[in-house]
Amino acid sequence: MSQPYRLPRGGRIDRGAPLQFTFDGRTIHGYQGDTLASALLANGAALIGRSFKYHRPRGIVAAGAEDPNAFVQLGRGARAAPNRLATVTPAAHGMQVRSVNAWPSLDYDVMSLLGLAAPFIPAGFYYKTLMWPRRLWPLYERVLRRAAGLGRAPSGPDPDRYDYVHARCDVLVVGAGPAGLAAARAAARRGARVILADEQPQPGGSLLASAERVDGVPGHAWAAAAAADLAASPRVTVLPDTTVFGLYQSNLALMVERRREQPGDAAGTERGARTWRVTPRRIVLASGAHERPLLCANNDLPGVMLASATAAYLHRYAAAPGSRAVFFTTNDTAYRAALDLAEAGVPVAAIADVRADPDGRLPAEARARGIQVLAAAAVRRVLGRRRVAAVELCSLDGSPRGVVECDLLGLAGGFAPALHLHAQAGGRTDWDPALAAFVPRRSNGVHPAGGAAGALGTAAALRQGAQAGASAAAAAGFTADAAPAPPGGGPELPSAQDAPDLGFQPYWVPPNALGRVKPQFVDLHEDVTLDDLRLTLREGFEAVEHVKRYTTLGMGPDQGKLANPLATGVLAELQGLHPAAVGAPRYRPAYTPVALGALAGRSVGALSDPLRATPMQAWHQAAGARFESVGQWRRPLAYPQRGETVHDAAARECLAVRRRVGLLDSSTLGKIEVNGPDAGEFLERVYVNTWKRLPPGRCRYGLMLGEDGMILDDGVTARLDERRYLTFTSTSGAAEVLAWLERWLQTEWPELRVYLTSVSEHWACLALAGPRSRETLAAAGTDIALDRQAFPHMTFRAGRVAGVRARVFRISFSGELSYEINVPADQALHVWETLLECGRPFGIAPYGTEAMHVLRAEKGYVIVGQETDGSVTPLDVGLRRMLSRRKDFLGKRSLSRPALLRADRKQLVGLRSDDPAQVVPEGAPLVDAPSRRRPLPMRGHVTSSYHSPALGRAIALALVSGGRASLGERLYAAAPDDRWIPVRSCLPIFYDPTGARLHV
Amino acid sequence: MQRYSLPHLIRRGLRGQRGWTRAWRKAAPKPSYDVVIVGGGGHGLATAYYLAKLHGVRNVAVLERGWLGGGNVGRNTAIVRSNYLWDASAHIYEFSLQLWEGLSRELNYNVMFSQRGVLNLGHSAHDMHGLARRVGANKLNGIDAELLSTEQIARLVPILDTSAAARYPILGGTLQRRGGVARHDAVAWGYARAADALGVDIVEGCEVTGIRAAAGRVAALETTRGEIRAGKVGLVVAGNASVLAAMAGLRLPIQSHPLQALVTEPLKPVLDPVVMSSAVHVYVSQTDRGELVLGAGIDAPTSYDLRGSFRVIEHTLAATVELFPIFSRVRMLRQWAGTVDVCPDASPIIGPTPMEGLFVNCGWGTGGFKATPGSGWVFAHTLAHGQPHPLNAPFGLDRFAAGALIDEHGAAAVAH
Ligand SMILES: Cc1cc2nc3c(=O)[nH]c(=O)nc-3n(C[C@H](O)[C@H](O)[C@H](O)COP(=O)(O)OP(=O)(O)OC[C@H]3O[C@@H](n4cnc5c(N)ncnc54)[C@H](O)[C@@H]3O)c2cc1C
Repeated sequence: MSQPYRLPRGGRIDRGAPLQFTFDGRTIHGYQGDTLASALLANGAALIGRSFKYHRPRGIVAAGAEDPNAFVQLGRGARAAPNRLATVTPAAHGMQVRSVNAWPSLDYDVMSLLGLAAPFIPAGFYYKTLMWPRRLWPLYERVLRRAAGLGRAPSGPDPDRYDYVHARCDVLVVGAGPAGLAAARAAARRGARVILADEQPQPGGSLLASAERVDGVPGHAWAAAAAADLAASPRVTVLPDTTVFGLYQSNLALMVERRREQPGDAAGTERGARTWRVTPRRIVLASGAHERPLLCANNDLPGVMLASATAAYLHRYAAAPGSRAVFFTTNDTAYRAALDLAEAGVPVAAIADVRADPDGRLPAEARARGIQVLAAAAVRRVLGRRRVAAVELCSLDGSPRGVVECDLLGLAGGFAPALHLHAQAGGRTDWDPALAAFVPRRSNGVHPAGGAAGALGTAAALRQGAQAGASAAAAAGFTADAAPAPPGGGPELPSAQDAPDLGFQPYWVPPNALGRVKPQFVDLHEDVTLDDLRLTLREGFEAVEHVKRYTTLGMGPDQGKLANPLATGVLAELQGLHPAAVGAPRYRPAYTPVALGALAGRSVGALSDPLRATPMQAWHQAAGARFESVGQWRRPLAYPQRGETVHDAAARECLAVRRRVGLLDSSTLGKIEVNGPDAGEFLERVYVNTWKRLPPGRCRYGLMLGEDGMILDDGVTARLDERRYLTFTSTSGAAEVLAWLERWLQTEWPELRVYLTSVSEHWACLALAGPRSRETLAAAGTDIALDRQAFPHMTFRAGRVAGVRARVFRISFSGELSYEINVPADQALHVWETLLECGRPFGIAPYGTEAMHVLRAEKGYVIVGQETDGSVTPLDVGLRRMLSRRKDFLGKRSLSRPALLRADRKQLVGLRSDDPAQVVPEGAPLVDAPSRRRPLPMRGHVTSSYHSPALGRAIALALVSGGRASLGERLYAAAPDDRWIPVRSCLPIFYDPTGARLHV
Repeated sequence: MQRYSLPHLIRRGLRGQRGWTRAWRKAAPKPSYDVVIVGGGGHGLATAYYLAKLHGVRNVAVLERGWLGGGNVGRNTAIVRSNYLWDASAHIYEFSLQLWEGLSRELNYNVMFSQRGVLNLGHSAHDMHGLARRVGANKLNGIDAELLSTEQIARLVPILDTSAAARYPILGGTLQRRGGVARHDAVAWGYARAADALGVDIVEGCEVTGIRAAAGRVAALETTRGEIRAGKVGLVVAGNASVLAAMAGLRLPIQSHPLQALVTEPLKPVLDPVVMSSAVHVYVSQTDRGELVLGAGIDAPTSYDLRGSFRVIEHTLAATVELFPIFSRVRMLRQWAGTVDVCPDASPIIGPTPMEGLFVNCGWGTGGFKATPGSGWVFAHTLAHGQPHPLNAPFGLDRFAAGALIDEHGAAAVAH
């Protein structure tokens, strides 16, 4: 019922499984096995969308991924799926389907009035107008933006899941039509591991859309059996519903496998997708061919369809695409479609054939069936408002041949291989004059076969497929001789009918005699007409890429699958050039659109750039820490107690360290073991200071420069023993520094016997700092002698702490007596808790990064990335004394460049605001005197700024041009609220300038 | 030059838009020119235009090996802004932005410069520190800049995940309202048409294969269309800068890398300003056609291959979906790459070379589209006078030897 165009018999649909969905609120009936498009056609819905620019009524043109019109919106809310193609979307019960780009309704779209303006808004009209007055451009643009676009984005986060698979195989076969199936069989028989992928839910490709027989059985049945045989082989992976959408560097093929609805899913659910990253040795390209449309006026009306699509709807879906058909053809294939339609009871009123004398077997058959065949004839114009009502026929010399009523026009302009993947990979193509299309040249490990290679007809496809499969397998190292038992058995080459010679005759631009009837669409999606192409050439945009960019030809979501092959011929003819000289626009991935979520794969949510955690992470959480993002870590910023702000907490923690003892989790620091006989030599080359003579057991602060002489990273390195050093890097620089060191080691100094090992996560690092840290450490229990003589500042000792094997470094980033205790990560929490427990009598407090920052700023210690920004040298921060004169090191020569020695370079200074309570905003620029003048020359900027609890005043560090030589000068900081804050520069050290507290 | 305007469109529309002529002549190369510009990208064409327009130098050719605008000018994500950190950069990009503001009318070609605002996101205290610093510097340089709170950002771009639980929590950002996007191809075509009208020969399909010097001075170019003598030569070939410089025996401090970008299917408007996050390599805008344009990070290995690695795309899209959860179901339509020429300090080189008469304008890397008008303007000045303009004086080739780098990498790590 209510499927007036459903044929009583046939089709690959399950009549036992009826379903219904809504289209713009209207109920559509169909069966399992239908696509949205086939169900819509069966229900007699011809108009399904409005075009992108002129909002013209549009219908279904094709039966596959090449359709330029059939974009619809699926679902709602977070499950909304914009711009899904009705011709490839399986119909499911309960789906909500809506048309796009029409308002208020599909039937009456206000914007279709734009059609009246069409003569004045040709391709690229916007380049020529909307320039005056400038003020109004935002308004013009708002109107343009509203009118453009297609579907609507979902309203919430994607409920679907995506994942990915890495796979390798010997032969990847793209397409499971006859050529692909034959290729997969041939390759698998030779022992190759094969992946066979097809975008459709069932194998068979063109066989699904015809009545042909293979090996004596219906083509689709043969394909199903062949695919099942293949799938049974352990060497073969058969992937239906899988589109190979891109060929990348190193033959990386990317495929997206759509995951189908699960039982219990809400209707119309899309279940996300899986992205396959396959690196095959060889690729068989059996992706078929797309039929080319033909030009005539109003060739975009609903009811105008590819001839092959009429056959597909008929055979595959038992849906009659119309009730009375006319065909317009350049070759014999349309006759097959016409005969099949007639056979199914759809009258075919006429076939207009551009050829002077169509005399093949099929034309004869058509005539015999009583179909009117007009030779040397063309469709001049299609008539109708919202769907085809009639066509106006005429001879190629222009003489009228009558108006024929019909509601379906089948276009058969010949076939163009779907060579997108091949071309994406930079593969060359040749112009095949018999086909009037580009065919792929075998290259890049890609073996084309079947329609993709320009072969038409099932027998040829099977033959070529078998050959391509065999040669691809051979190229991957599998020869016939070594062939193990064939999967499924049977002869290598199934029998099928050869296609008759097509007798193709190109028909690009309708002859002048037909008159300039309009509009004739070359690209239906982008509303690019023949006149647009003429205009474009007239204006000198002749290169095919210029045409594409100027007209937007082929830039729609269909990527011009139908338009581009047609445009090549049209452009060639308009310019009097050989089509090969025109070429095709560059093919780019993706073959069909792929969800960003699918491309992102698993790297979302918790797996997106996974956070790293120290062994104390849960402890920090439980202690109520507030965190900050530092690289991939979340570090405790401070541990506010009841009623405290972060700022209060940090102040309390600072004082704890200055007066008593504090404990910091600095496990996030990068740690690299530098191992080997040349370790010292290596360090000498990458650090500005010397290392070879550092005795084992000692530590030294090091500075690493880029080749440009700028500070790259800093940190302490300890000499563990004769051949082993341990280098600490900054938290966020850890990975970068390791990569930098490896780069030098591997590419420039391979002769050095040095091995680098990241031990960042192996060792947790607990910084115990403050005047009472020694007592705390002793109380926690250690076999290391802690007195000043036995364990002085800048040394390292190995031993046990709280019963755990530990490396203890007496180094300090706070200016206080401090022990950085490194313990194996799995025992760190125990040590952490023990230290806190044992430190309680001494007033211990855990402290976070905020306090750490304040403490080090009080001491004037720089943080790489805060005081430095890739433009700061050691001289600028007052560390000239660290530079070794006796040896060379990375960046040394750069440091002697004149601009780096200038007195007016920005140098590190301290700042004191006049108002001690006034914390200057970080990042604020500094000037000599306030002014409204712009641009106002800047002297520098504030790099760090805090309230210092120990000093009871605001302190800051800054980089100031010529700052070192003019300490004490008055400067003004520009606050974001445009206030000027008076400050005075000073030495960048505010607390314990002599360092006495370090050596207690 | 045929004028472009609405009345002309209508008048010609009544006659089937038949009256239009070529936007620029299909010039064949003459044997000799006063100035030859190598490279028909945005910068080369702009240079030729300003040479003819402002300096009266009209015996000029632009040589393009392929079709005009097929390089990075036609491959970029078209973001235009001027909120650079260092003074030298700020001045040249701001000058350029001011030219953008009048460009459509200057060229009588609508380049669709759309000042929809450029929003830069900060995800950590470190980012926010850098953004605050940049805003402070911008304001004193007379460049519009605002520091936004998370709430303000949520109001401006409601589809961003501004929750604190986000993987890349948005702590704030900066907004340059005068920034935006433009139609990249139109910039090339507009300059070509305007330059052509002033007499500049635009020669497509003409690849320079050699540079000939006589007595230490540039004398002629060898091309696939014969030898062309030149008084002065400007190399403006973006990703191929090193290749061309090598023809003159020069080694430039430039590395070429693939940089990738992609567009999605068209959607009804969902995103108004341009959104950039340099910390996670996301930058995205929505075109007037409704497509989302997304730029990826740079491919680390140096290469002239126009296919970047998928890994980079995956990374960018993962971060994009984290920031914009509703984009997950939106689909990628097309993806491509260009070859970008990157200097060690991520700033361009615009000025003379050791070979007399030979000038370079390159090293714009991942962010030169926005500079197109300003770059052409200063380079035209440089070629005409043989000396840099004060705006480009800091960008000389000699800065590497002198150490006077303008390091936009380290400062904010945003270069697009
Ligand atoms: C993916 C991507 C995204 C980008 N996004 C942005 C962005 O958002 N904002 C921004 O400001 N910038 C961006 N850029 C950078 C910007 O595109 C470039 O910096 C700028 O376009 C380069 O200048 P151009 O236009 O002159 O270069 P091109 O257009 O590349 O011009 C150089 C020309 O020289 C020609 N040529 C080369 N060799 C020869 C030869 N031997 N003989 C003759 N001709 C030759 C080339 O064919 C080419 O046409 C992006 C770049 C890419 C690749």
